[in-house]
Amino acid sequence: MPNMIAIWMPNFIMSYLGSTVTPGEAGSQFWALIYVLIIFAGVSVAVMSMNWLERKALAHFQIRLGPMRVGPHGLLQPIADALKLMLKEDIIPSEADQFVFWVAPLIGLLAAFTVYTVIPFGPSQAVSDMNIGILFMLGVSSLGVLGVVVAGWASNSHYPLIGALRSSAQMVSYEVAMGLAVVSAILMTSLNEKGTGTLSMIGIVRAQEQQGIWFIFKFFPLGLIAFIVFAIAMIAETNRAPFDMAEAESELTAGYHTEYSGLRWSLFMLAEYAAMIAVSSIAVTLWLGGWMRPFVRLLHGPSWDFIFSLFPGLTFLGLAAIAFVGVLRMPAHSFFKIQKIGLEAFGGLLGFIALMLLVIAIAGRSQDPSIGSRLNESIGYIYWFLLKVAVFMYLFIWYRATWPRYRFDQLMRVGWKVLLPISLAVLIVTAIVGVLVA
Amino acid sequence: MSAPTGEDTKNISHLAPSNRENSDQGETERKNVGGNDLTFENPDKTYLDSNELIINMGPQHPATHGVLRVILKLDGEKVLGTECVIGYLHRGVEKIAENRTYTMFNPYVDRMDYVAAVSNGLGYCEAVEKLLNVEATPRAKYIRVILTELNRIASHQLWLGTHALDIGAMTPLFYTFRDREEILKIFEKYCGARLTTHAFRIGGCQYETYAGFEKEVKNFLTFVAPKIDEYETLLTTNRIWMERTKNVGVISAADAIALGVTGPVLRASGVKWDLRKAQPYAAYSEFDFEIPVGTNGDTYDRYLVRMAEMRQSLRIIEQAVNSIPEGPIMAKVPKVIKPPVGEIYHSIESPKGELGYFIVSDGSTQPYRLRVRPPSFVNLQALDIMVRGLLVADVVAVIGTIDIVLGEVDR
Amino acid sequence: MNPAMNSALNSGLNSTAGMAPVATPYFFYGLAALAVVSGFLVITRRNVVHSALALIVTLLSVAGLYLMLYAPFVAGVQIIVYAGGIMVLFLFVIMLVNIERSVKERRFNSMWPVGLSAAGALFTLFVFAFAKGRALFPDRMMSLPESSNTQQIATMLYGDAGKIGPYTFAFEIASLLLLVAILGAVIMTKKKI
Repeated sequence: MPNMIAIWMPNFIMSYLGSTVTPGEAGSQFWALIYVLIIFAGVSVAVMSMNWLERKALAHFQIRLGPMRVGPHGLLQPIADALKLMLKEDIIPSEADQFVFWVAPLIGLLAAFTVYTVIPFGPSQAVSDMNIGILFMLGVSSLGVLGVVVAGWASNSHYPLIGALRSSAQMVSYEVAMGLAVVSAILMTSLNEKGTGTLSMIGIVRAQEQQGIWFIFKFFPLGLIAFIVFAIAMIAETNRAPFDMAEAESELTAGYHTEYSGLRWSLFMLAEYAAMIAVSSIAVTLWLGGWMRPFVRLLHGPSWDFIFSLFPGLTFLGLAAIAFVGVLRMPAHSFFKIQKIGLEAFGGLLGFIALMLLVIAIAGRSQDPSIGSRLNESIGYIYWFLLKVAVFMYLFIWYRATWPRYRFDQLMRVGWKVLLPISLAVLIVTAIVGVLVA
Repeated sequence: MSAPTGEDTKNISHLAPSNRENSDQGETERKNVGGNDLTFENPDKTYLDSNELIINMGPQHPATHGVLRVILKLDGEKVLGTECVIGYLHRGVEKIAENRTYTMFNPYVDRMDYVAAVSNGLGYCEAVEKLLNVEATPRAKYIRVILTELNRIASHQLWLGTHALDIGAMTPLFYTFRDREEILKIFEKYCGARLTTHAFRIGGCQYETYAGFEKEVKNFLTFVAPKIDEYETLLTTNRIWMERTKNVGVISAADAIALGVTGPVLRASGVKWDLRKAQPYAAYSEFDFEIPVGTNGDTYDRYLVRMAEMRQSLRIIEQAVNSIPEGPIMAKVPKVIKPPVGEIYHSIESPKGELGYFIVSDGSTQPYRLRVRPPSFVNLQALDIMVRGLLVADVVAVIGTIDIVLGEVDR
Repeated sequence: MNPAMNSALNSGLNSTAGMAPVATPYFFYGLAALAVVSGFLVITRRNVVHSALALIVTLLSVAGLYLMLYAPFVAGVQIIVYAGGIMVLFLFVIMLVNIERSVKERRFNSMWPVGLSAAGALFTLFVFAFAKGRALFPDRMMSLPESSNTQQIATMLYGDAGKIGPYTFAFEIASLLLLVAILGAVIMTKKKI
């Protein structure tokens, strides 16, 4: 029996590795589980680094330094914060609805994390490819608002209640414009010889691959307008500045999570940032070609493929260089000795990753299906997807640093009287143009 | 309301709205509240039948600029009425004055409007000088003008940063604080203090300007002028900023005058009233500057007026620092100040409006009675009329635009 | 080695077979029990918000049942429309109700025998359908395969290749009705338009 397992286990594990479909489709529960764990850990790490990046970038927008004390350039600050939040006393107001207060952050968190099952980081780099992928994403992410509403109500306090009322009205309104913008992108997937489109996230990117164009440029400027509508609506969906009505700190102290503290509060933050990454992934999948590298039509051929496959390694090399420049710029004072060592180690780690990626890129440049070239391809897919998402993350920070906050009635007006008619018009025009082209 | 208890609404039922009918709920446009409606004719009339909500904003609230407490009566998010509860920062400054000599009381006035301490000191010193019937020397007057105008810029910068932060723009706060720092450095070099400066003395100034003072002030002028443009690029034509401030917190000129509102708030309503021109004090009659006025009396106009005022202050400082006369900095004032029996009211244009001192002297070394007319306190009265019918978010914007300092409101 | 793993092994490379159903009866009974229990909670909880949360659980477990019937589109729409949209509006309204008063109110009025008999009749119908179901309805279970479920629904509603689908008219009438309802709601709430 042990002998059999010893033979079977590697087979079982390896059976999926060369596959070109998602583990869900291949029916490999083991790999689906592994993917889920990777995504769960990855999103948590991404949220933490996003937290650091936001504080740092926002500080530099505002001529400050941001976190500088915990670790070199505050690199360990998110970890310190997470520890602090976990150790804090868990306060539930005595007049609050205990059960609902307890369950509210979990609703938001579950909704934010569940959508990651269908996000395609690559053609086979997703937990599962659903026939209704985009519908599932929109539906589940819309459940996140329940957490916010219920949290505001359960706190039994005025400011959270107003925050909850605001966010429920806001999210329901912006979902409409968002959904219509999504539909106009889905319409574009049906421009093939069969004439049928798809709701599957992977199918949408595949359609862009076949048509050889990112949907943002399709039927210019229709795709662009739909994308802009979505990009505005997704900020409102995630309650970020300048639409952060639900937690407007200068009006409602902290909105729906005023009464929350410690771990529960951090769950709300985790859900918010996870939702930001999720909606950015939708935008990337629908309009920015998902995992496709840029200029896939213009610059094609094996040599261009090779050049673009060097990008992941070069990016990490650049990050490592930034870290080492930071080491050089550190003051020559004994106080900074440990920080210097830490930053050197961090830069060394980044450099090592860069080296590995470059080795994979060079070793796996052949076209024949070997493990090396598969790995090389996968890294390319994930890299380009994450890079596009990262651009959106940076934009979220940029918006927050630049713009004042909309007022609630203005926000509703923008949603209903500006975005909704625009997205409807784009949808109709896209349909007409699509029929004419086909 | 559901979660909140319905009982606490009864306690504040005297917060009666003036002329609003409950029937038009859902509409956000605001009726013009005339001067006559300010009296609460029917104090028992309440809206308990509707979805009203009493919210206690402050004293611990990030956007009430200190310890102001505003009780808001809301219908959904629409404001039906407000009541300011003040006094959380009351220190009895006026009473303290009765137990201090005129000289000893001088530093206390810095603690009222602590972001414009220099202006406070100027008003007090000039009031006592008027009571003593002495006049500061020309050089002292020029130094006073320079420092007071610098302080006006600092005060407006602080107002701009916090006001923008209230409306949700975080970044201007840090820009204004960066540039305000340069002003505080000049203050620190001149008198050793940054915030509560105690820069002036009765009869003139205690300190001669330090070496390089004029050069530093001139450097500051060239430094800060582009910075003010920088603030404006961030906000003035920003769509969201305009939507948040235009037609928000409108107060008509008649209402403003009736409520005794002064300063930029009054000028934004179109009333050209500036004490520096109307009843020139210090050396203001010698300088060429304009009084910026607005037209609509809304938050956006008040913003523009204050931005223009900063530029006018730069003009005044430039003229003053270029023509600063030589001579003594202290007039002949007795060692022990014992003004003759009498009373005096003297007011100056502080960054926030008319700052007046009313001093009654019984001939002793201590004032018999000292009364301050603080601009913030009087301007705060206009809050209610400005926010009726607006939304909660606008209350925050309007509190910011009135530019109150609670140290001055409560004294 | 169970059959599911076996199939996973066999379909390792380039398979589009789809994930084999795992432990189907347990999922069905679990979801069904969840739906029934939370449905019971909806009518017994004194606190309206708790009822609403229980209703959300019911709706989600029904969506799960749809998924098991190879109807992912219906499941997705169930989540978006009911659990996401309508329940948020429910909660929105509930938050404006005085919970403290509603908790003290009686939950059942004098009409409960009528409701009980209606529920009994419905239950009888279900039992009848369960007992005679196979005879009444032909076995149509897999007629809408998962991979093209959405497309087939679209064909039903909108028609295909120039032909009008069987439900196009009903669908359009329904959307017209909804439009009228929206306009009516706007006119009733807004005095000035």
